[in-house]
Amino acid sequence: MMRIDFRANVQRVPPNMPPSVRKATTRFLGTRANVVNIFGDERWQQLRQAGHDVRLHTINHLDYYLTRLEENVASAGGIVHWARDAEQARQIVLAIAREHNVKRAVKVKSMATEEIGLNHALIDAGIQTLETDLGEYIVQLAGEGPSHIIVPAVHLTKEGIADLFTQKLGVNAPPDPLELCAIARTKLREEFMSADLGISGANFLVAETGTLVIVTNEGNGRMCTTLPPLHIAVVGIDKVVPDFESVNVLLKLLPRSATGQKISTYTSFITGPRRSTEEGGPQEFHLVLLDNGRTRVLRDPVARETLLCIRCGVCLNVCPVYNHVGGHAYGAVYSGPIGAILAPQLLGVKIAGDLPFASSLCGACADYCPVKIPIPKILLRLRHRVVEGDHVQDAITSAPMRAGARAGSFALSQSFLYALGSQIVKIFQAPFQRAGWLTHLPPPANRWTMTRPLPAFNANFRAWFRKRTPAGRARVQKRKLGIGLLFAGIAALGAWWLARRKK
Amino acid sequence: MRVQLFLTCLGENFFSSTLQDLVRVLERIGVDVAMPEGQTCCGQPFYNSGFQSQAIAPARNFLRVFAPTDGYIVAPSGSCVDFVRHHLPELFQDPREHSIAQEIAARTYEFSEFLVRVLNVRDVGATFPHKVTYHASCHALRGLGLREESKELLRAVKGLELVPLNEEETCCGFGGVFSVIYPEVSASMMHAKIANIQASGADYVVMGDPGCLMNIAGGLHKIGSPIRALHTIQVLAANGGAQ
Repeated sequence: MMRIDFRANVQRVPPNMPPSVRKATTRFLGTRANVVNIFGDERWQQLRQAGHDVRLHTINHLDYYLTRLEENVASAGGIVHWARDAEQARQIVLAIAREHNVKRAVKVKSMATEEIGLNHALIDAGIQTLETDLGEYIVQLAGEGPSHIIVPAVHLTKEGIADLFTQKLGVNAPPDPLELCAIARTKLREEFMSADLGISGANFLVAETGTLVIVTNEGNGRMCTTLPPLHIAVVGIDKVVPDFESVNVLLKLLPRSATGQKISTYTSFITGPRRSTEEGGPQEFHLVLLDNGRTRVLRDPVARETLLCIRCGVCLNVCPVYNHVGGHAYGAVYSGPIGAILAPQLLGVKIAGDLPFASSLCGACADYCPVKIPIPKILLRLRHRVVEGDHVQDAITSAPMRAGARAGSFALSQSFLYALGSQIVKIFQAPFQRAGWLTHLPPPANRWTMTRPLPAFNANFRAWFRKRTPAGRARVQKRKLGIGLLFAGIAALGAWWLARRKK
Repeated sequence: MRVQLFLTCLGENFFSSTLQDLVRVLERIGVDVAMPEGQTCCGQPFYNSGFQSQAIAPARNFLRVFAPTDGYIVAPSGSCVDFVRHHLPELFQDPREHSIAQEIAARTYEFSEFLVRVLNVRDVGATFPHKVTYHASCHALRGLGLREESKELLRAVKGLELVPLNEEETCCGFGGVFSVIYPEVSASMMHAKIANIQASGADYVVMGDPGCLMNIAGGLHKIGSPIRALHTIQVLAANGGAQ
């Protein structure tokens, strides 16, 4: 995978995209505010704390809960597979599909399968693979990836989607959401009935019963996991929770934070394949537990809290950076604040080292996160990893940059150099100054002035403050004399050096 | 009551007159102001850009300068106070330095927090007969939990009409190193902020952090807007004349 260049990606964002993203995120935040207000702030904060605690407990005892999960999925008749990385996960799914001679697969929206690029692998193997979540269906038609964790096509307008349907489906699609939805529904119905494999992820895996919890609003989740004879779920190992009491807490937090719903339209609990007494459901159920870098995330005691994430997407909705650039600028499957901390850990800082810097550290994400992930703190932790390296990964900064930081650190820790620097820039800024502003500065400072002018340096407070007392005034005189002597000395040295060169 | 001024690098280098105003406001309400010599930078720029080991040297100078002082340390910036309070101690492994950092962190306050929460003062005797809107700076708001303090101070200013700002609590796009690493994103965030400021109908936009002030004032200047950006302290020091 190529290094993600966030700045280059940002410059490719189409101008009509941020407004459509903002329209959706604003609507979600509005509905969220309503349901959270109904809850009351005190209760909501208690619930967030409970969600944080149960997720952290599970992540800290992942080995225990995963073992219990494996036992209970098996005793419910499911088959558990362990995938170390994306390649192994793809091979497992392909092997099961081949064994069952699968021709057509339908999919529930799943970030884990996006992460491992499963669709490409299936299609390359000759298996027709179709996304059935409306948003995913749209981005699949467009040949793109999702740009939001829960609203994959949030970057597209209804006009854009109508054009896409007209082009790709050969129908006359008007830019009307209801009609577009009806077109997709008709297409998808046929596929559900004829598919021989249903693929899903999961929102939670309940260790005590081996149950898969899937939250959807379109009903496609139930279709995919009940109609085809075979069901494969690909789920990150971080999705395990101890028991139904934990699910109870997390299901209060998830839909409220995600879409502002008290409960999503469909919440499915799937325990193993069809039982002998049941009429419907798949004959075979496979669970692929995906690591793909997650155990590496566990290595850092601070950054491991990234794994508490329940993928509600509220940090994207509330992030000013995400709202101005959309999801694709992040260049990874997970975008927004959670992507900025997850991608560099899953992919490594050599690939995703830009992302921890793609934040103004405003902290809005941490205020909204339903499981209280300290995102700004983790961003800082990962910035440190990128520029200085830590026990998880080596730094990727250049030697000159590190030397520059060392020099800057030294200068800013010596009060004399700091004060001298403040006064020197006041002299050297003269050619750039226009009525108290520096409008055009040379690189690299032009990265500031390309957007807005910089106020002129005007450090004179200390002198003003000291002059308020007689002792201070004397001190100011002494300092002025000292600085004058210093400059005279430098000038004399310069003159001597010039004179020597002429000879 | 005596306070030690923590000037902050951006405050000192770009907003000298705001610091003078801070002294005037504090003295007007009977606070004795001292300025510890030798102060430089607290280390936040290094820390936030990932060079956390390089933050230690300036932070150590900060300890050296402020440890011998006593009383409250007051700064015109929520961001710097957030750093000193929440990150400075963790930079020091040595137990002696760590406890000095904690002691300093515990008595360092952002100016509006100091006035409202410590002194319980709202009316500082200012007069500013203008229409004003308020931008909430991220680190004062979320780092220090200061949502109402500045607005309470502004509401007590004679003649001042405080009008609401849409998306008051949304970041202006400054973000320290972020503004120069990703200038395009910073610019769109700043432009959105300015559009909201213009829509508020205010003649002045007021905020409590030099970082936001550089960004928003610069943005307004660039488009030739008649709206002026001020630090809250400048309004609190005003005696009726235009700023």
